Amino acid sequence: MKLYNGGKIITGLVIFLGVFLAPFAYNAGKAAYSQPKLKMPENEKECVESKEFMRTKHMQLLNEWRDAALRDGKRVYVNSKGKEFEMSLQKTCMKCHTNKAEFCDKCHNDAAVSPYCWDCHIQPEGVKK
Amino acid sequence: MNNTRRNFLKFLGLAAAGLCTASAGSALAVGGAGATTKEGPQAVKAKRWAMVIDTKKVGTKETIDVLAKACHQAHNVPNIPTKQNVKWIWAASFEESFDQPNNYLDEELEKRQFPLLCNHCTNPPCVRVCPTQATYQRPDGIVAMDYHRCIGCRYCMAGCPFGARSFNFMEPRLHLDLANLNKEFPTRMRGVVEKCNFCVERLAQGKQPACVEASNGAVVFGDLADANSEVRKLLREHYTIRRKPSLGTEPGVYYII
Amino acid sequence: MLEKALKGSPKYYTWIGFLLLLIAGASTAYINQLMQGLTITGMSRDVSWGFYIAQFTYLVGLAASGVMIVLPYYFHHYKKFKDLVIFGEFMAIGAVVMCMGFIVVDIGQPQRMLNVMLFPTPNSILFWDMTVLCGYLLLNVLVGWTCLECDRQHLPHPKWTKVLAYVSIIWAFSIHTVTAFLYQGLPGRHYWLTAILAARFLASAFCSGPAILLLVIMLTEKLTTFKAEAEGIATLAKIITYAMCVNVFFFLLEVFTAFYSNIPGHMHSIVYLFKGLEGHTELVPFMWTAAILGLGSLALLIPPKLRDNRNLLPWSLAILVIATWLDKGLGLLIGGFNPTPFETIAPYWPTGKELIVSAMIYGTGALVVTILFKIATDVKKETGASQKPTVPCETEA
Repeated sequence: MKLYNGGKIITGLVIFLGVFLAPFAYNAGKAAYSQPKLKMPENEKECVESKEFMRTKHMQLLNEWRDAALRDGKRVYVNSKGKEFEMSLQKTCMKCHTNKAEFCDKCHNDAAVSPYCWDCHIQPEGVKK
Repeated sequence: MNNTRRNFLKFLGLAAAGLCTASAGSALAVGGAGATTKEGPQAVKAKRWAMVIDTKKVGTKETIDVLAKACHQAHNVPNIPTKQNVKWIWAASFEESFDQPNNYLDEELEKRQFPLLCNHCTNPPCVRVCPTQATYQRPDGIVAMDYHRCIGCRYCMAGCPFGARSFNFMEPRLHLDLANLNKEFPTRMRGVVEKCNFCVERLAQGKQPACVEASNGAVVFGDLADANSEVRKLLREHYTIRRKPSLGTEPGVYYII
Repeated sequence: MLEKALKGSPKYYTWIGFLLLLIAGASTAYINQLMQGLTITGMSRDVSWGFYIAQFTYLVGLAASGVMIVLPYYFHHYKKFKDLVIFGEFMAIGAVVMCMGFIVVDIGQPQRMLNVMLFPTPNSILFWDMTVLCGYLLLNVLVGWTCLECDRQHLPHPKWTKVLAYVSIIWAFSIHTVTAFLYQGLPGRHYWLTAILAARFLASAFCSGPAILLLVIMLTEKLTTFKAEAEGIATLAKIITYAMCVNVFFFLLEVFTAFYSNIPGHMHSIVYLFKGLEGHTELVPFMWTAAILGLGSLALLIPPKLRDNRNLLPWSLAILVIATWLDKGLGLLIGGFNPTPFETIAPYWPTGKELIVSAMIYGTGALVVTILFKIATDVKKETGASQKPTVPCETEA
């Protein structure tokens, strides 16, 4: 069996493998990925909901808060344990998590996520020009 | 079986579609098992919020600027010097404010300035035309904005007969004093429309709107549906006019002339 | 059939290359707009819709215009339009693509534009506008492509294309009516608040749209071996003339109501456009040019001897297009927002960047039309339909 256009195919395959494996080659020899160290709030030990819930669902929770507060006019959240919170990103979440760069951004940067909340909502450490 | 490969591919397609809809369905599940939402205890409530402005008491640019400063500071409204500006409450002359052309207006009214803001109409054309319900009418009569959903089409601006809405043509933070922001309230970003919101966030905490508080009694805010409210009392005792009433939008801001 | 767009004459490649360069170059202005916001345009708090929406409005008219060929052909079996139908449908596709393009560049948060579909709002006319435009695009793509493909294979058109063509005729009237409804239901804008706006839009669409189409078809005849049936062209010119008469008549109706009633709200926008108000006369020369060119185009189109003169016809159509564009693409929007709700005048003029972004959209439309018309003319050449005679007839010009 003859491999027609063999030169072009092999060259193409080599280039493809090179590009595909480049990220792995770049990271060879470096330490394995470790979860970022987040700066936890000093005064509160319990968040609005549990850590596991927040890790997976904080965006869904914020979306629910947005719709309940804005559209339904209900601004108080009673969590699964019966504790009450005001549904506000700036006034509730960021009162405890007082530094966006040291909490939110740590995981978001690693996950290459840039939520646009902060285009409008003001992070507690203030906005720079 | 005829066309086994074709049938297999059809089956694969259906299975993929089924898997997608199944996983999408589970993602829609609500968060926080057992959690509920409710209104705050100190929130002030009304059936129909309205405002009565005594223009004799707040009838100069200086006095109206006091109201505007309070409002714009509380809501991080940018100060843009061009015609692409953003304003929630501002001063205007009699001709600019009211549909009452008078070629021999009395001297006092000629000089008087009037605070203009969103009228939070009962039949708001802006809500009627918004294609995404980003602007909507609350049950208490306030015409509110959801900046998360606004696509910036500016149909509401074309629909408002009062010119009450402003568009963020540019990044508003470029024209804000970033050191003096109200950290309890967000800014907006470029590309969305904004306007007075009758201070819903302050009402939820039992406070009066910022301009009412700053007006020293010249601006009164209350429930139009409550016959004993202060706004109804003022409306019974004083002659008031509204902007462009013949358009049928039923504005909620009354002016004592 | 798309492969027909990939091979052509050197002139074809040059034109496509020019369009691609234009689109790529102009897109830098659009990227600038995405990053800075709509502040780069000439729009303001008082004139919050401008050049982009004006172009959208004019081009919806162009999109609806295909119906002036499709209706006589399908409803009344007017065979002289047989070779023009595909061009009407393909021009509609190009026009709808441009309409959607102008909407996308005009909205402040384009990445959220699917919110209109995710949160359907039946009381908003803009929701219906998006729906009917998408539907019209789909109809024209389906019917046009299928019929052309069948022609190429020497097959009869499937029955469902006839059904969809009938639907597209009604739909064409609806897209421009819905666009007019965007304007004519707004209580604060007295220039637009007239029941006759939808009728004016349709009349203006049915003269300007076919006029542009006819100009492009005549250009196509010059550049390819395609030759349209002369009687079909003549009938289309008649339709354009009647539509322009109605268009001018409707405008004069507006003038009568405004000035005989003497009501300021009705008069002020027209006075601002044609005479100037509060010292602002920026639009006066343009509107009078539109009026003179519009009447001039009627003078050149109504007499049959002038209308049938194929050397004069392109010029008559060109000034008609300019007149209708000035009226709908410039006067309608700026006159609608002026005087403002505060009875002041807020002048508006598009900025350079605004025009460059518009050039990007127009370039995209031209690209779509070029490619589709190339495919259509190549298929006609392949099947030998509507071709120029190799030996010119003695009776033809």
